[in-house]
Amino acid sequence: MAKLHVGFVSPERELWSGEADMVIAKTVEGEIGILPNHAPVLGVLVEGGVLRVKRDGELDLVAAVHGGFISVADNQVSVLAEAAELGSEVDVAATKDALQRAQASIEADQADADARLEAKRAAARLRAAGEEV
Amino acid sequence: MGAQLRLLRRRIKSVRSTAKITRAQELIASSRIVKAQQRMQAAVPYEREITNAVSAVLSNSTTVDHPLMAAKEQPASAGVLIVTSDRGFCGGFNANVLREAEALKGHLIERGLAVKPFVTGRKGLTWHRFRSREMTGEWEGFSDNPGYANAKEMADALIGSFTDDNGIDEIHIVYTEFVSMLTQRVVVKRILPLEVQEEAEEVDEGPVPYYEFEPDAGEVLNALLPRYIESRIYNALLQSAASEHAARRRAMKSATDNANELIGVFTRQMNQARQAEITQEISEIVGGANALADAAAGKE
Repeated sequence: MAKLHVGFVSPERELWSGEADMVIAKTVEGEIGILPNHAPVLGVLVEGGVLRVKRDGELDLVAAVHGGFISVADNQVSVLAEAAELGSEVDVAATKDALQRAQASIEADQADADARLEAKRAAARLRAAGEEV
Repeated sequence: MGAQLRLLRRRIKSVRSTAKITRAQELIASSRIVKAQQRMQAAVPYEREITNAVSAVLSNSTTVDHPLMAAKEQPASAGVLIVTSDRGFCGGFNANVLREAEALKGHLIERGLAVKPFVTGRKGLTWHRFRSREMTGEWEGFSDNPGYANAKEMADALIGSFTDDNGIDEIHIVYTEFVSMLTQRVVVKRILPLEVQEEAEEVDEGPVPYYEFEPDAGEVLNALLPRYIESRIYNALLQSAASEHAARRRAMKSATDNANELIGVFTRQMNQARQAEITQEISEIVGGANALADAAAGKE
């Protein structure tokens, strides 16, 4: 079976690249799963989404993706994240802390957009690290 | 000890300590160039991908009509983003950028545009403040190690004033391109209204596939173009940072070389002075002895 060639990049570095069997990402229209020979797609990713790359014989690559794009053409998948973190790089304790702080400030002020964004991002990071949120 | 000798010793000591400082600066700059180059390398995949994505959207939608790409019919004002460094000690780095920016300003004024400077880097800021020039945007504190967040902040401000009805009608950027360790070049580019630069290597890849868009082409373009501009600005900041370190390394190297040369010259002068002093002392002693001998001979 054909494989997907995945490039996962953020502006500051290339996070991962290699071959994969399936890529699951969350666009503004909902979850999208890309299998080999998928039609060309260009989608906008949501803030605080989780990207999952299924690989042959290896654990899934899971990452928190904060906005960006996914582009698919000719079995080439490019994920352009505005900011991203691999699940294995997430500091779970610190992120839980950040999530709690953000939730506390949302309770204090419902209109706090920064805190909402921060909460979303922290939740995505935790999900990427395999934690229940 | 003669006064001249003491003076020379003091100068040698002070030049030597200056040489130590410039040598250290040179070494620091050399190691930072490598880091800055790595950061430039790390940013390449994203830039390539986003350029591909933008050209994909543009080649797929026949009616490209986006405010960021539309040239205004009668432009009245232009913004110039000037990328300078926070610290000095880097030779002509900032002077070159500012000179080029002045030249650009001259051209824009000839075309009848009002020029609004956006300046990043402390050196550029003080240069403008000293001349009491108004700046529309000011940033500082990250010139030697810019992050993407810095680029985003600048892009937001620039795009904001571009899309604003009473804002600026075109935006140019002046920065130093890092060609190699030895060559850096000041370049002027227009970033808005946008012209997507397709890289030469893409041409032979054949036609771009027909994309589906989520949610739709317009929305994707809306989200994509600001990111593209951010990445262009980020690239300019990274290039400028690498160039700054390279310029500093070169300036510090020639300062160290100069100092070492001075030390050589002063050491020779000092030796000459010491020798002259010794010769003088000997001739004084000999003269004195002769005088004594003559006096003794006269008595007899």
